[in-house]
Order: sequence, then structure tokens, then C-alpha cells
Amino acid sequence: MLAIDNLASRYGRIEVLHGISLNVRKGEIVTLVGSNGAGKSTLLRAISGVQPVASGTMRLEDKLIDRWRPHHRVAKGIAQVPEGRQVFAPLSVDENLRLGGIVRRDGNIGADLDEIYTMFPALAERRRNAAGTLSGGQQQMLAIGRALMARPKLLLLDEPSMGLAPVLVEQIFATIEMLKTRGLTVLLVEQNANVALAIADRGYVIETGRIVMTGTGKELLNNERVRSAYLGM
Amino acid sequence: MAELLQFTFSGLTVGAIYALVALGFTLIYNASDVANFAQGEFVMLGGMVTVFAMAAGLPIGFAALVAIVFVALVGLLLHRLAIEPARGASSVTLIIITIGASIFLRGMTAILLDKNFHNLPPFFGSEPFVIGGATLLPQSLVVLVGVALVLLAVWLFMSRTLLGKSLLATAANRTAAQLTGINTSAVIGMAFVISAMIGAVGGILVTPITLTYYDAGTMLALKGFAGAVLGGMGNPIGAVVGGLVLGLLEQFSAGYLSSQYKDAVAFIVILLVLFTMPQGLFGAKTVERV
Ligand SMILES: Nc1ncnc2c1ncn2[C@@H]1O[C@H](COP(=O)(O)OP(=O)(O)OP(=O)(O)O)[C@@H](O)[C@H]1O
Ligand SMILES: [Mg+2]
Repeated sequence: MLAIDNLASRYGRIEVLHGISLNVRKGEIVTLVGSNGAGKSTLLRAISGVQPVASGTMRLEDKLIDRWRPHHRVAKGIAQVPEGRQVFAPLSVDENLRLGGIVRRDGNIGADLDEIYTMFPALAERRRNAAGTLSGGQQQMLAIGRALMARPKLLLLDEPSMGLAPVLVEQIFATIEMLKTRGLTVLLVEQNANVALAIADRGYVIETGRIVMTGTGKELLNNERVRSAYLGM
Repeated sequence: MAELLQFTFSGLTVGAIYALVALGFTLIYNASDVANFAQGEFVMLGGMVTVFAMAAGLPIGFAALVAIVFVALVGLLLHRLAIEPARGASSVTLIIITIGASIFLRGMTAILLDKNFHNLPPFFGSEPFVIGGATLLPQSLVVLVGVALVLLAVWLFMSRTLLGKSLLATAANRTAAQLTGINTSAVIGMAFVISAMIGAVGGILVTPITLTYYDAGTMLALKGFAGAVLGGMGNPIGAVVGGLVLGLLEQFSAGYLSSQYKDAVAFIVILLVLFTMPQGLFGAKTVERV
């Protein structure tokens, strides 16, 4: 589905991703763990096209996407739930979701809207409210719903559990697993490595802009180094 | 009392035009963070192109339409040729680009059309109404009603269409808009086109009262900017109110003090607002940066 080869990216003159290679296969949940500032968000932003790339290649289903503009990547099936939700605060819940469907050629988004509201009933109750007035958990649901409205093939999730109460974290991860059963491919970035690796088919560990380890979710969960560095054990 | 009413009428009339300039300024600023100092040239071109299209034999309605389409195209080209290629440049660079564009548009108008003052006939005659001892020109009413209709159209576009929402989303959070699949570059281009059309309509409405010439946009851009700052930079409603208040302040100071001070009012307002309440009357847009 997604193949990244030897990707480098900088902010100004400072390189923060150094030759990242990573694969996500169709139908997988792949989790990327790493500490603060390792470059996880930068990588996801590069995949979505909102962060310039210095060298390397990115392929979606064997097509080179390096030169595609961000909106085109969404139209072709890569949606992202960015770090910190980033909902359109002054717009209503309904408007946020409708904008999520803006890339859809069919324009027939009514059924999808209903589906999102069924998935997240809390949003249905607040469909006319400004997104900025929602709680953190509701904003996260909205950000996920907005991304799903594009009917993506690949969903990039940047720390969806950040700052949420445990019960909400559980709900978010359950949603991710449910989406997988529907055939969605997921690349998940998490500091909450325990749960994130538990639901993952495979995982990668990123440290200061380099992939330092990869394996199945189980392998990484049982790995000594991962346990001490990211699971606090 | 009649005097006060008179100054109010004329203040609201010029203020309505400042309001349009300020609104156009705000739309572009919100979508792209570009302070477009060529906004006044949109107004000037709206009037000038209508004048010359009428001189070429077109009836006024058709001439006005030609002018609006032409100015919309100028707005689009300004974005495509000058702003878009400089994407990522600092805001100072972008301001200099728009000032350059405004000088260019003025120069081209002087060369291709002329440097004279021009007038348009009032749309519904020039027999003034007398209200409470003050006179109100029919064209002033045309300006006020016309501006109100433009504001209504902009509001409907923003609140009722997905395209309008995509403009609001881009203004609220550009990166998130891109990640959502909004073509933000096209949206910003659209903001330039809408602002250009708003300016052109203002120019057409007001030319029968104020006349126009190639350099008329310079002052209008400053007044519109002052209105936008007064209302709280980035707040569209604030921009409209700010423009109206500035028009009133100008006419009152011209009437009660001296008409020599009229143009100074805008500068004083800019300075006072920036020094004492940088948020403006309605509070500036909170800038979200990722
Ligand atoms: N806009 C920016 N300008 C300059 N440097 C930046 C910028 N954003 C991030 N960086 C730097 O790039 C590196 C990677 O940052 P990134 O946000 O990708 O990390 P992250 O793994 O997502 O961290 P976190 O877990 O805190 O979200 C960090 O060293 C950070 O300081
Ligand atoms: Mg991050």
C-alpha cells in the first residue's frame, strides 16, 4: 500500500529525518513508536505532502506520490488525523465532516455522514455546535470522522490518544481496530506504545530521525529495549 | 442638527466603500496572511474600466459587468503570477509584492487609459432627497443599498456553500485544510477573485459621487486598511464596522474641524489603534499556528 524509501526531510537547514524506509501493507495496522521529537509527526506530514522532502521516494500502490499536492493525496486515498486534532474550530461539527468529504467525486456523502454519526453518537448530538466548543475526546472523534469522510485507503493517525481519559483512549483504539476489519489500512503514531503495539500487525521504532527497530507488534512488545524505553518496564 | 445628519449621510456613504475595501482586505488576509495593498486598485479599476467601457458605447449595466469580470481576472492574475510563486516568503516580502503590484496597476492604467479624472452618471438621477434639513443624493442610497447587497451575498456564500466553508476552513487552519483535501491554493486564488469583485463593485457604485482616476486606489487602500485595523485585523464584521466608523470620523472632522485633516484621520486611527488597542474594536482573529 505505502512504501517509503530512504526519505530525508529538513526544517530549514536542520535535517530531522535521515533515510527513513518503511512499508505498510494493505489491511495492516502499523504502529510507529518513538519519543518526543523523534520525527514521527514530520514523517506523517511528509507522507501527506505538507512537509517538504529533501530526498527519497514515497509510493502509494506502486505510484510515485512525491510530487502530488496534499489535496491530491487525500483524493487518492491518504487521509490524516493530525496531532492535536486540528478541527476547524469556528465551523460546526457537520461542516467539519462535510469538508472532509470535499475530495469525493461522487458528492453523495449523506450516507457516510450518517455512518460517522452512528459510529460517534456524541457528535450527532452536537452536529450544529462549533467544533471548538467540543471536549478533547469529541474533537478527536470529529478529526477521525473528518478523515474518514474522504473514504481513504490509508489512514494516518498522529497520537490520537494524546490527552484523553483512559475510557476514551479505549474507545479510540477500539474504533481503529473496527476500521481495520472494514479493510482500512492504518499507520498509527503513538506514545501510548503499549496499546498501540498490542493492536498492531507490525511496528517500527524511530529514534532521532532514524528507524532503529522493526518487527511484529508482539515482538516489539516483548523486546527488552522497547520495554525499557517506551513501555516504562 | 441638520449639519450632524448631513455629515452622517456622507460619512456612511464613503464609509460603506471603505467597508468594502476593508472586507476584501480581510478575506485575503484570513485565507493567506497576505496584506494586499493592491486592494484599492481593484476599486479604481472597477470605476475606470466602467467609464471606458461606456465610452466605447456599452450601456452602463453591461459596462459595469465587463469591469467586474475584468477586475476579477486581475485579482486572479495577481494571485497566480505574484503571490503564488512567492509561497512561503516572509510577510514583509509579500507586502512589498502587493505594493509593487499596486504601483504596476496604477502605471498601466495611466498608460493604457489616461491620467484624467472621470465621472459616471448617477444610476437614478441627481435630484437630492431632503431629510431633516440634510440632503441625501440618490446615488448615496445606491451605494448604501449596493454595499448591503454585496455584504449579504458574501455572507450567503460563506454560510451556505461548501466552497465558502472551505475558505473559512483555510482561514481557520491552513495545514488542517490541506490534510482534509482542500486545495488551499485554489481557495486563496478564490479569495483574491472575490476581493477583487467586491472592490470593483465599490468602485462602480461610488464613482458617480467621488470621481475616479488612476491614482484613486492609493488612499482607498490605506483607508480600507485603517478600517480593517480598527475593526480588529482578520474579523470580517469588524472590517465592515471599522470602515463605516472611519468614514464617519472623516466626515465629522472635515465638517467640524477642517477638511484639510480629513485624510489624516485614517493615519491617526491606525496609530491610535495599534498603540492603545491592537485587537481593534472586535478583537483580531486568533492566529493558529501548527
Ligand atoms: N516547525 C518546525 N521548525 C523547526 N524544527 C521543527 C519544527 N517542527 C518540528 N521540529 C523539530 O523536528 C524534530 C522532529 O519533530 P516531530 O514533531 O516530527 O517529532 P515527534 O516525533 O512528532 O514528537 P512528539 O512526540 O513530541 O509529537 C524535533 O527535533 C523538532 O524539534
Ligand atoms: Mg508529533
